[in-house]
Amino acid sequence: MKHLLSINDLSKGDAISILDTAQELARVSDGPMKKLPTLRGRTIVNLFAEDSTRTRISFEAAAKRLSADVINFSAKGSSISKGESLKDTAQTLQAMGADAVIIRHGASGAAQRLADSQWMSGSVINAGDGTHEHPSQALLDAFTIRKHLSKGASDLAGLRIAIVGDVLHSRVARSNVLLLSKLGAQVILVAPPTLLPVGIESWPCEISYDLDAVINSVDAIMMLRIQMERMNELFFPNAREYSRYFGLNSDRMKALKPDAIVMHPGPMNRGLEITADAADGARSVIVEQVANGVSIRMAILYLLLAGSQEIGAAL
Amino acid sequence: MGLVLPAPDLTRALTRISHEILERNAGSANITLLGIPTRGAHLARRIAEIITKIENAPVQVGTLDITLHRDDLRLRPPRALMPTVIPALGVEGRDVILIDDVLYSGRTIRAALDALGEIGRPKTVQLAILVDRGHRELPIRADYVGKNIPTSLEQSVIVHLTELDGVDEVLVEGSAE
Repeated sequence: MKHLLSINDLSKGDAISILDTAQELARVSDGPMKKLPTLRGRTIVNLFAEDSTRTRISFEAAAKRLSADVINFSAKGSSISKGESLKDTAQTLQAMGADAVIIRHGASGAAQRLADSQWMSGSVINAGDGTHEHPSQALLDAFTIRKHLSKGASDLAGLRIAIVGDVLHSRVARSNVLLLSKLGAQVILVAPPTLLPVGIESWPCEISYDLDAVINSVDAIMMLRIQMERMNELFFPNAREYSRYFGLNSDRMKALKPDAIVMHPGPMNRGLEITADAADGARSVIVEQVANGVSIRMAILYLLLAGSQEIGAAL
Repeated sequence: MGLVLPAPDLTRALTRISHEILERNAGSANITLLGIPTRGAHLARRIAEIITKIENAPVQVGTLDITLHRDDLRLRPPRALMPTVIPALGVEGRDVILIDDVLYSGRTIRAALDALGEIGRPKTVQLAILVDRGHRELPIRADYVGKNIPTSLEQSVIVHLTELDGVDEVLVEGSAE
């Protein structure tokens, strides 16, 4: 496998092998020497045409821990803001000898376009494309859930996981539904009907409009961010009403199973989809998700870049 | 050539290596056995059992995965990582004994020394090997050898262990030309 564009490209075995690799690499992050020589001499470009804190820094930390050289490249402050096309940007990166490009882009399918084109020869890793997919986030979520709840199993069979909130605009939700169901979990999407995309019936998951009806049956609850920058239509009457029906607050925390975990891909709108006491409580694994993100991204970079590209099919 | 080390001989070789390790290190108090996965890890566990019996005291044993330090990563498809388990007392100031099944080019051991350096600074590092088949490409030698088996480059040495393969034996396959 050369690129990581969509969860659909991964088999269940591929996904588990990424999680297992991340588990071994997590030791490096915990150890005294945080650096490995594995990707020495490889150049990795972070091409971020959309804002990001966690994903960009986490890919950068992952690449650096494997000794790769990292070039950061964001829309602001580059020629993208002057109107340079993706093609010209890609050819520039190719000329500079990038072995991999990690791309975040506002347009769904941008990563796929980059991988399918002949513009550059390196690997392409999708770090979020429009409202389509965000595979590395889903992998780190699956990793976090497996670590806390799988009781030693390699997959997520038998677990019930709720994803709550703005599914319509969420690439995190789509990637997670695909991955978690592939790993054997039961996924329930909880959202107002206005925030569910057309064609949701064909997704491998259940759908509910009532958070209180499902909250006591789930092992993990993942709150999605209300994407204020994409809220140009009236999806719900006002923030307070959304919060009352779909927000995670202390009353709903009491309804959760005793060992259930609370997740959020970040950045959080505190007080909107999640209250501060839920976000900072003992069940919250939100900060741990960030740490796990580095391990998962090290695993992705290792599996895509460490081996030879000619044979490269072990993943 | 076929079978070169049947099960009883393999067990005897491990017993002898265990005694040699104890003799050279004056007991088991300061030694840490680290097996290189996959088969080296099983051999380390077996040597640890023998040493525990001889000394009547438990011995520090773990595994050390070297995949991330290999110098041939770029030449092959990506490999799965194996577990690294460092025993409780760590490696700092210890007499570390690396254990693997076959010593060939020496590149695995070079990678192991790098991997070890990342964990800490042992007092000494020694190498125990079940089969030394020659053809070194680096200046590396074993301190404890189960059996020296001269081979040609065309041959392959196959180690079977009961834990994985249901039988203990070492085979050499291919022509000696």
